[in-house]
Formats: sequence, structure tokens, C-alpha cells
Amino acid sequence: MITILFSNVLIVGGIAFLSALMLYFISKKFSIKENPVLDKIEKSLPGANCGACGKAGCKNFALACIVSSREEFENLYCPVGGAETMQKVAKILGFKAPKKEPQVAVLKCNGTCDNAPIKLQFDKIISCRLANQISVGQTECPNGCLRLGDCVKVCKFGALKINEKTLIPEVDESKCTACGACARICPRGLFEIRAKGEGGKRVYVACNNKQKGALARKNCKAACIGCMKCAKICSQIQIKDNLSYIPSDVSAEKYGEELVKNCPTGAIILKNAQSKKEHS
Amino acid sequence: MLKVSTAPHMFAKQDTNAIMKDVVIALLPAACVGIFNFGLTALITIITSIASCVMWEYLTVRYLLKKPSTINDYSAIITGLLLAFNLPATIPVWMILIGSFMAIVVGKMAFGGLGKNVFNPALVGRVFLFISFPVQMTMWMKPNWHDFFNRDIQTGATTLGILKHIDASSSATSLTHGNPDISQIPDYWHMFIGYTGGCIGEVSALALILGGIYLLIKKVITWHIPFYYLGSVFLFSSLMWLATQDIKFDPITHLLSGGLILGAIFMATDYTTTPMTTKGKIIFALGCGILTVIIRFYGAYPEGVSFAILIMNAFSPLIDKFYYTRVYGTRKK
Amino acid sequence: MTKTFSLGGIFPKKYKITSEIPSKDAGLPEYVYIPVKQHIGTPAKILVNKGDKVKVGTLLADADGVISADVHSSVSGEVIRIDETEAASGYFENMITIKVQGDEAEDYIDLSQTLCKEIPETPQEIIDKIRKAGVVGMGGAGYPTPIKDTIPQDKKIDILIINGIECEPWLTSDDRLMVEKAEEIVIGAKILNKLFGIQNAIIAIDENKLKAIDIISNITKRYVGVNVRVCKTKYPQGGEKQLISAITGREVPSGKLPMDIGCLVQNVGTVFAVYEAVMKNKPLYERYVTVSGDMCKTPQTFKVRIGTPISFLIDQCGGYDEKTAQIILGGPMMGNSIIHTQAPITKTSSGVLLLSNELSKRPTPTDCIRCGKCVDSCPMGLRPYLIGIYTRNNLLEELKSIHAQDCIECGCCAYICPARIPLLDFCKLAKIELKNKQGK
Repeated sequence: MITILFSNVLIVGGIAFLSALMLYFISKKFSIKENPVLDKIEKSLPGANCGACGKAGCKNFALACIVSSREEFENLYCPVGGAETMQKVAKILGFKAPKKEPQVAVLKCNGTCDNAPIKLQFDKIISCRLANQISVGQTECPNGCLRLGDCVKVCKFGALKINEKTLIPEVDESKCTACGACARICPRGLFEIRAKGEGGKRVYVACNNKQKGALARKNCKAACIGCMKCAKICSQIQIKDNLSYIPSDVSAEKYGEELVKNCPTGAIILKNAQSKKEHS
Repeated sequence: MLKVSTAPHMFAKQDTNAIMKDVVIALLPAACVGIFNFGLTALITIITSIASCVMWEYLTVRYLLKKPSTINDYSAIITGLLLAFNLPATIPVWMILIGSFMAIVVGKMAFGGLGKNVFNPALVGRVFLFISFPVQMTMWMKPNWHDFFNRDIQTGATTLGILKHIDASSSATSLTHGNPDISQIPDYWHMFIGYTGGCIGEVSALALILGGIYLLIKKVITWHIPFYYLGSVFLFSSLMWLATQDIKFDPITHLLSGGLILGAIFMATDYTTTPMTTKGKIIFALGCGILTVIIRFYGAYPEGVSFAILIMNAFSPLIDKFYYTRVYGTRKK
Repeated sequence: MTKTFSLGGIFPKKYKITSEIPSKDAGLPEYVYIPVKQHIGTPAKILVNKGDKVKVGTLLADADGVISADVHSSVSGEVIRIDETEAASGYFENMITIKVQGDEAEDYIDLSQTLCKEIPETPQEIIDKIRKAGVVGMGGAGYPTPIKDTIPQDKKIDILIINGIECEPWLTSDDRLMVEKAEEIVIGAKILNKLFGIQNAIIAIDENKLKAIDIISNITKRYVGVNVRVCKTKYPQGGEKQLISAITGREVPSGKLPMDIGCLVQNVGTVFAVYEAVMKNKPLYERYVTVSGDMCKTPQTFKVRIGTPISFLIDQCGGYDEKTAQIILGGPMMGNSIIHTQAPITKTSSGVLLLSNELSKRPTPTDCIRCGKCVDSCPMGLRPYLIGIYTRNNLLEELKSIHAQDCIECGCCAYICPARIPLLDFCKLAKIELKNKQGK
């Protein structure tokens, strides 16, 4: 009995030992030498593999950083990690980090339930991209939000959600990394990645409607009608196709309140006006 | 207010519920024959099995997964019916409860519910019971058309059991006393209409084929799986029979006895656990046929249909991966 | 013997309630709205100005480039507006609005009903006439016919298939056209034969159009090189690729055109337009449109001037009430919901359907039960259930490997799915995503 037990232990132990030896040699022989710097850079990246930098995943971005020259590195930027991450990467490589303002996604539509009432019923359409192909949308605004939430589904950071009261998506500033996935998926291009602004204070036109004033107003109370009032306040503001565009370098501090006050339809939105006041 | 939706704007009438209802209807004739044959105990077994399957499904969905109940989709009823069909009429009620637990909770809900299970739930329940309680699971009641209240229960071996036994008795030592001999094998006609011992649902080929024809007419199943399954079993057993002239390979007996027709029409055609393409279905059915024949002729058990289908169930994802339809425009010239 | 395609297909209920009713002239509406882009390609250049008087057949807009088509006035009257106007989808398109005054045609158009059998001598003459008439593919896509006709030198066309198959339920416009204009269609086929130097034109008709089969096969006995083939009534038999496979047994490889395998498919409506353009100098300004559906009070096939508002036709069929849940432009399998009923009929509209909520309501999706019906029904041999899974998980490489881009959007999978999963929507999304990726 003892001998059987003993021989069993020997045989099984022997197999285990041999296998261990084999594994050891194989791992030695076929090991892949990884660049330690690459590993280091990859670790300092967010690891979301979102593709916002324009590369396919974080590893590819790290690779691009390594092979880049000093000038090329200036153009590489991880919008998710932001300046902090880029500083880390630059430190590893001995470069200077490119300076970029923190950015955030903004929705260029204010077609809420109140502003743009529902005129048509969507019957279980699963995606904005499909709805955009077949119809003008529930509000009949050809440029407005379709309210089906493709952007919410594509956001990897949970920064977007459809507000149940207004039915349009809302950006959660604290979570938004400005990766641009929403801007890419929105069939009507309603998201703009723009600078967060000083203290988060920013002013923009929350409308994308390019129709003439009367037509635009028919479907949405908050539509930009291209009335030129904002352009008179600040010369940087341009009106094109009956639609005003406020460049991100227009100071929200300086013009913000005046612009909002003077917009006859309420298409111009000033974000974080209150919090800024508390600071100052 | 006009509605807007994407194409298509009309839909086939047949939805999941309709399909499930059709399967229940198709199973009814066989259930009737079972009750007619084995009397009250068969009725009790069927009702217990259905009720306990529905109960297990309700309990798991409501209290374990905390989702809205799915018992309205008839799938638990089908599993219960099929499980009862695969049990002998004399089985105790508590075993049915265990069997239905294995079928629904382990065989189906553990994988994520309808449409996600790998193995046919009813067969999981049956095989579990078959391995755990072999004595009770092989107590085959003799049919008696005049004794509904089971005043006089007689048990005996099934046709396949007898065939298996011939093999054993031909060797020197006979294992059991009073072994049935070839003369006890019922004739083809009795096997066809179902006047023979066995599980509740499997005895009557006629009733099962009627159900199968109903499913074919309703386009619930296609003819491929039953045809290739039955065909391959028939082909292999006739080859063996022709080669050896041994009665235990008699192809018609093999076709009509055991759970083969029940398995071929109702179990091997289960949507979820079989391949999705016609090509895959044919391979699946051929595999089932070959395995059934091998188990019946060479295995320890007299019956092999449930094992064969379960083994092939495990292969169906693989079959789906390698055998799919040819895409238009990719024909090789 | 009836022919059909080998892969997939479904058998939806036919509802061809208007097939026995003779077509009716819809008459003249008060205003017509003529879009300058009724075809695939670049919009035509507008030639008229506000206030201009136009006649039936007056050129309103000129083809801009190769992939474009001329647009003619369908009525006589005054141009009162050239601006963005709502189309059926609710989007705004550039349209010419004409106030109808009288019904006066341009002099060069031969409006008589007499049959002309003298086919012009040179192919160039035929091409010019087709081009001048603004003929586009009337099956649905609206590909300008002149470019479909100018085949590259290295491609040899040996068979012309004329698509007389109307596999979509309800629609009967092609059916009525074939019954009422049978000989014209056969002569149109002869014209196209001459144009391409083909000896063999085949008119494919599905087997439930008994009258059309009877009439046309009697006529083709008198014409050499035009034959009738009867096809099985099966959806989507009228799809270009399915029709080619049914008639010739050939298959169009992925990403290629029918002309690459020597086939050319034209709709019967297009062939009739070719006849009128070449023989009668008549531009394409009217077409057959079926108004039907289970909520339509008096279904009817109309002969309609291009630009007539859809509501004008619906009103002639008894209008619609609140029970009508959806109005569809085209067939129920591939058509789109109409949002704006004032929108005009264009060269590619084949039908207007008024559908009830019971019929058109989209059922609630449940879990896939892996029944395989979508795979069995797909006429392209795709696996729609897998496309659905991959699209939900955004696996573009895998989508490409299972040929998701070959989907013809026929809707068989979504029609048949017992779990009511919107498979066609997933296929369309997959195509959008794959296209976006290619664009990058």
C-alpha cells in the first residue's frame, strides 16, 4: 500500500517537475523584450483605449510618443488624461509637455421639450443614426437633437445622460474627458469639443439650425435665427447660414452676460456663470 | 399624429409565443397516449412536472435574478412536458421536483434563460435523474388500457432493454432471474401506436409523428433534423443488421422503440441548443444519429438518444462557427 | 417553369387589392413641387426663374455632370417659388413650385396614343433622346439611366433583364403598367437591345401577375429577341441581385456591378419611359403610383404627374383618419415613413400606403431564441443574428469578415424574426459604421 502511494507521489511529482522545467525554458526562450519606457508611458496613460488621441488604443499612443521627435511630440495629446498625463509622459521622455487648455464637450442644441415640442412619434427606432437617415426627427428640426441617445451609449466615461425632463442629453463636466466620441457618433454633429474656459465659464450658441429665422422658430423656440445681435456685441462672432458661432476665444467673462441678455431666442448659453461669481 | 419607424413596416404573425404554443399543441397527442397507456400516475407525473418547472422558473426569475417574470412565454411549460415525457410513469413526485430543478435552474436559468442555454433543459433533468436514480428511472410500467386508476401495476423491460439483454444472456452467465426473451418484444404495430412499456411520452410513434407533421405545417421546425437523425439511425442499424443478421440490430425496431422519435422531432429540433443554419443542422443530426447507434449497440445503457443529443448540444456552437450559409456573390468558379 | 433565387426569401401576405383595378389619371393639382434632385448624383442646375411661364415638358433644370438627370415640368403654369421645400422625409430640398394653369404641352412632344415601331438607327441618337428626357431608374434607387447605358468598352453585356417583378406587398403600379402598356414595354426592350447590341432581353414577371404574363407573352411572339420568364412569387424576387441569380444563375460578386457579369437590369417603368422618350419625345414627367394599404378607403393605381402632392392622391382615395398610424412611401418592406403629406411624388415613388397601427406597429423585442429563421430567410446568405450581436458591440472587423456590407436591406430578417429583434436596423447601422470607417 505504502509503495503504491509512494510511487504515485513520485510519478505525479515527476510530471509536475518536468512540466515546470519545460515552462521555465519556454518562457526564457520565447520571452519578448518589451521596451521598459513603453511600459512606463502606457501605465501613466488612462488606459481607456477610447481612441480620442487618434491612435488605436493607449498602447499605440505610447508607441507614437516614443518614436516621435521633439516637434512631433507637441502634436500628440491625450485629451482624456489631459495636461497632467501629458506632463508625466513628457517627463519620462525628457520632452516638454504640450500646453493645451482643458476641454469639454458641449451640446449645440437646446431643443428641450418646452422649446421644441414633439410633433411626430418615433416607433421604437433604436438609434439616432437611423432616425437621421429616414426622417427629420420628432421635433421636425432638421438640425436638432434626435433624442435617441447614441451619444449616451458611446460615452465610455458615463458623462452623458438623457435628462428625463428636457429629453436631450446633458454633459456631466466632471466626468467628460473631451475624448470626442460623442462628436464623432452624432449624425448631426451637435457636439463641439471646446475649451472649458476660465473657471469653467464659457459661452456658446446652443443651436445648429441653418434654416431661415421664421422656419427655425416654427419648430423650436430656442433656435438661433441669425439676427446678428450677438455679432454687434463682439466682432469675433460670425454668422453663417443663419447660424451664429461664438469662437472659444471670445471671453465669457467679458461678453457672456451681455450676449445671453441680448439673444432674442435664448440660443446663447452661459455655463457656470454663478460659480464664477462666487469665486470673485 | 403620424408615426415614424424604420422599415420593414409589416411583420410575420409568428412570434416566440406562437411558436411555443404550437410546440405545446404538437406534444398533446403523445401526452394523451401516455395517459391512456399508463393511467392516473402518468397524468400526475405530467402535471407535477409542468407545475414544478414553471414554479422553479418563476422563483429564479423573481427572487434570484429579480427580473420581470418570464413564465408567460410557455418555454417552462414545454420543458416540463418534455421532462415528463422522458420519465417513467411510476416515478415518485419528489424526484420530479429534483429533475425539474436541474432542468430549469441548472440547465436553463444558470446560463441566462431562454435562448442562452447550451444544453436542452429537459434532457439535463432527465439525465441527472437517470444517473442518480437508475432503479426508479428504469421501472417501466406495462401499458394497460382498461386500468386508468392503476389498480394493478405491472412492470417489465422496454424493447431496447430486451434487445440489450439478449446480448448479455448470450454470454455464459445470466445476470438476473426471469429475464424476458425475444418473444416479449412487441410487434411493430404495437410499437407504432404505442402499446408498449417505456417513458410516458416516447411510446407512441404515431402520436409523435402527428405532432411533428403539425410543427412542419406551422413551419416551426424544418424537416432536416428529424429526417437526417432518423435516417442515419436507420441506415447504420440496417447495415449492422445486414452484416450480422442479428435481431438486436433490427432497424425498424430501433426506429420505433425508445426515445428516438421523441428525440428526433422534439428534442433535437430545439432552437436554442442546435445549430442555426441548415448545413449545421444536418451535421448535428448526423452526429446525433451516429452517437445514438454507438451507445445503443456498444454502450452500457440500452438507450442513447438523450446522451447523444446532449453531447451534440455541446458541439453546436462549434458547428455554428464553421458551417454557415454561403454569402451571395462568393461562389467559387 | 418558374424561376427563383436559391438563397433565403420570405412569403409575406400579398395584399394586391388594386391589381384588377384599371389605372386612373390623377388629374391636375393646384400646385406641383418639382425637386431638382430626384436621382442619385448631383442635383440638376435650375434654368427657370420665378415668374416664368412653363408648359408640360419644359426643361426646368439641366443635368449637372455625368451622374445627373434633366428635370422637366409636368404641368403648364407659372413658376411661383424656387426654394427649399419640405420633402416626404421632412427634410428640406430644393424644389420648383409651379402654379398650375391649363394643360398645355410643348410642341415637340407626341401625345397621340398611336404605337410607333420604327426604332432610330444609331445608338447615339437613342442615348441622346434618353438623356434629354431625364430618364432615371424607376425601381427605387433612381440611378440616371443614361449612365447606366454608357457601358465601359471592356464590359460586354449579353443579357438585358427587364424587372417586371413587384415583390413588395400592396404595390401594383408595375403590374398595371405592364397590363396597360404591354406593347410599348416590349418595344422599349427592343430599343435597349439595339442600344447595347444585345440579342436577348428577358422580361421577368412574377407568377401571380397572370394577366400581365398572358398579354406580354402574346406580344413577344411577334418580336424577336424579347422573351418572358415567369418567376416565383417570393420576396425579394425583384431585388437586382436576386433577379440575376434567378434568371441567369450568375451571381454579382461583392462590391461589383451587374454589368461586370454581363447583365443589365432595368425596371419596366424605366423601359416604358425609354419608349416614350425615344418614340414620342416625351420626357419623364408622369408615372404610375399605387395608393393602397389597409386603411385606404378606395385603393387605386394612378397615373400621376411628377410633383403632385401626396395628399392630393390620398384625398382622391378617401383621405385618412386618425386610425391611420403610418403613411409609407414605397412598399411596406423597404419604404420609408412619410412625415410631410404635402411632399411631392418623385420619379422614384412607386406607391403610397396608409397602414393601420395593428399592422405597422413595431412589436417589443425579446431575447433571441436562436431559431435561425433570419439566416434561412436572408437572400444574401448573411447571418443577421450575428450582425446584430457584432453591431451592438461595435466589432467592425468582425462585421466586415461576415460581409455585413453586402446587406441589401430587404428586411426579410426583421420581418421573420419571432423574437421581434430589429435586425434590419442593426444591419443598417453596421453599414453606416463600416462606411464611416472606410471614409476615414
